[in-house]
Amino acid sequence: MNRFVLPLGVFALLAIVLGIGIKHSQDKGTIPSPLIGKAAPQFTLPVLTDTSRTFSPADLKGRWYVFNVWGTWCGGCRQEHEALLEIRKTTQVPLVGLDWKDEDPQALQWLSQLGNPYEVVAADREGRIAIEWGVYGAPETFLVDPQGIVVYKYIGPLTLEAWQTQFVPRLPPEQAGKS
Amino acid sequence: MRAFALIAVLAAILLASGTTYAVDPTEMPTPELQRRYLGLTHELRCMQCQNEAIADSPVSLAADLRRQVREMLIAGKSDDDVRNYMVARYGDFILFRPRVSSRTLWLWSAPGVLLLIGAAVAVRVTRQRAALVDQDNEPVEEDIRSS
Repeated sequence: MNRFVLPLGVFALLAIVLGIGIKHSQDKGTIPSPLIGKAAPQFTLPVLTDTSRTFSPADLKGRWYVFNVWGTWCGGCRQEHEALLEIRKTTQVPLVGLDWKDEDPQALQWLSQLGNPYEVVAADREGRIAIEWGVYGAPETFLVDPQGIVVYKYIGPLTLEAWQTQFVPRLPPEQAGKS
Repeated sequence: MRAFALIAVLAAILLASGTTYAVDPTEMPTPELQRRYLGLTHELRCMQCQNEAIADSPVSLAADLRRQVREMLIAGKSDDDVRNYMVARYGDFILFRPRVSSRTLWLWSAPGVLLLIGAAVAVRVTRQRAALVDQDNEPVEEDIRSS
């Protein structure tokens, strides 16, 4: 009897440790961003719809904004597009798009055909700014506060439900809704 | 022996074929930079494919990250500068070799702890066996008679 106690004890201990590990591990597809709580990376990029102008996040200093990384090559971005259009209608927080490694004409066609939910779209043709933001797979959506701090990152196609449950509670009520 | 030879041949074929799949034709200006470039691109994870290093991955993000490594090295940054840059943006997960921190301490100490447990078990088992041998020097006949 006694000789079973130790192996059983070891087994039970292992089971508990591994169980805790499984319980606490996140979905393997989503990796927490080290940018949360830090200043949003700065950049200056041409505006997709008018390449004579540039956009920089500093332009939005003092405002909440949603930073959405997308590309016409990205299936999940097509999937979330309806939700973005819907969100645009319900909130006064601006949606800023980062068109990641895309061809400008295709991106413009996408916006004119499907509708443009963005206040401004920056064209990251070489993918350098996406690296600054730690983007590893579009679509990814960040929430940035008026001090320019990244508050939250959502990975994968955005849905209205995710907007309601993850973004709206982090926003001041008067910002989340349309006044 | 034969099976071993077969395995050796198969392993050799596999290793040889691996080199033909190089996705990264980058050549750095000096052999020293080339060596550091290869080292770094093999220890950074491709975040899209996750089980490949950026050196081995054909996806475009891996190519962008290799470009970043190349440019930083040419600009005179140290290997640690490059690692810190990547970790600041992508998190510890981008390193195949996790850093020692309060969160990864158990991971790094696990081999030592497991080795100690194994050694303790081994010592115990050998002692028990040795004790068995000591007890077992009685003549067999006596065992039978006494029972």
